[in-house]
Amino acid sequence: MADLQVRGLGFHNLPPLSFSLAAAELVVLSGPSGCGKSLLLRALADLDQNQGEVSLGQWQREQMSGPDWRRRLGLLPAEPHWWLNTPAEHMPEVSAESLAELGLPAEALGWQISRLSTGERQRLALLRLLANRPDALLLDEPTANLDQANSLRVEALVRRYASSTGAPVLWVSHDAEQRRRIADRQLLLDHSGIQEQPWT
Amino acid sequence: MDLIVLTPFDLSLSAILVLLLALLSYRLQLGVGRRMLIAAARSTVQLLLIGMVLKFLFSQSDPFLIGAVTLIMLLVAGHEVMARQKHRYIGPWAFGIGTFSMLISSFSVTLIALVVIIGVEPWYSPQYLIPLLGMLLGNTMSGVALSLDNLSRSAWEKRAIIEAQLMLGAHYYQAIGQIRREALRSGLIPIINSMSVAGLVSLPGMMTGQILGGSPPLDAAKYQLLILLLIAFGTGMGSIAAVYIGSIRLFDERQRLRLDRLRAARD
Repeated sequence: MADLQVRGLGFHNLPPLSFSLAAAELVVLSGPSGCGKSLLLRALADLDQNQGEVSLGQWQREQMSGPDWRRRLGLLPAEPHWWLNTPAEHMPEVSAESLAELGLPAEALGWQISRLSTGERQRLALLRLLANRPDALLLDEPTANLDQANSLRVEALVRRYASSTGAPVLWVSHDAEQRRRIADRQLLLDHSGIQEQPWT
Repeated sequence: MDLIVLTPFDLSLSAILVLLLALLSYRLQLGVGRRMLIAAARSTVQLLLIGMVLKFLFSQSDPFLIGAVTLIMLLVAGHEVMARQKHRYIGPWAFGIGTFSMLISSFSVTLIALVVIIGVEPWYSPQYLIPLLGMLLGNTMSGVALSLDNLSRSAWEKRAIIEAQLMLGAHYYQAIGQIRREALRSGLIPIINSMSVAGLVSLPGMMTGQILGGSPPLDAAKYQLLILLLIAFGTGMGSIAAVYIGSIRLFDERQRLRLDRLRAARD
């Protein structure tokens, strides 16, 4: 069980941001497009240069190497990339059940990457990420290319992962319906900074 | 058998051929005509100059003078490696990586050849040192430049794939591993090819030169073989140095991909 603490995170041209996520909490992040939501996730995963303190549970990120940190703080980008031929080559064993949970057949792991639809890539990328067993999840519009049924499947899977592992989840979503459905709390990011967004 | 001395007229004939090629390139809109002429003019001036410099140098045995000449050769080679990069490293790195790799690829190998293999006395005798070094610099330079160019260009183009691996917790050497291997391979393929066809398809330049100069063909062949093997070793070492230093420089202490350390391509 680990909470995510962010103090004075500075990146791009935004003012320093401070916020926190409790263990197992699912927080939705929204804001006008181009305001830096994806950059915020990248800064948290330490993929771009940034300042400030980020800690996960008892761990300060400076206490571990970049790769170890990114392994714990799993980032799912809006457009996941693949570099080998089939999904199976990109990840350790994934059970048929978890594939089925996302509405994918067991053979999906052997499909050619080039023939996958955007939605299939997105769901498989989530499984690839979860196979690392990260301690926190940063999800950048993970259901952007999915229909309602598959969106619900992804939501349920992430929910269950969070409650079983205690991982906090920061979820970027443009869909107001979805935010209402899944979020414990809402954060709003714009050029002036990040703030708690009350339910309306 | 004496060497038939080339007259300026003979050289003008071959220069006309290059002019024709430049003209053709202009008609076909290849856009390399100008560069071709400049390069031809450069080699004319440079070769005539070096001929005169060598004539003077061979009559000298001052190690400092010889050292200064080799240093200039090295710096020019390093600059040339840098100039061939589409995406150059920013700051002193572009020149530094190129020059250091050329130092590895050529100086060390030349030294081994002079001291251990040929056994020249003294080892810095300019008749051996300068041609050997020049041959090694010239021939390993393409391999080193190719490798480094391939590395920085692939890293630039495959940014998304490198970062996808970093996101999943890969170390920098895993994320760049495939690109590194391909870059090295691209630098080594030309020398592998020229070793494979040496003597069958091509009579390499040095051997041709020696034969034209009247050496027995078998002696010329032995020298050529020595040079080819040294070039292969030098190209390999120089490319490995360039690609390893280059790929480490693409990441920072947090193992983030830092393409801001490369310059965007011109054109």
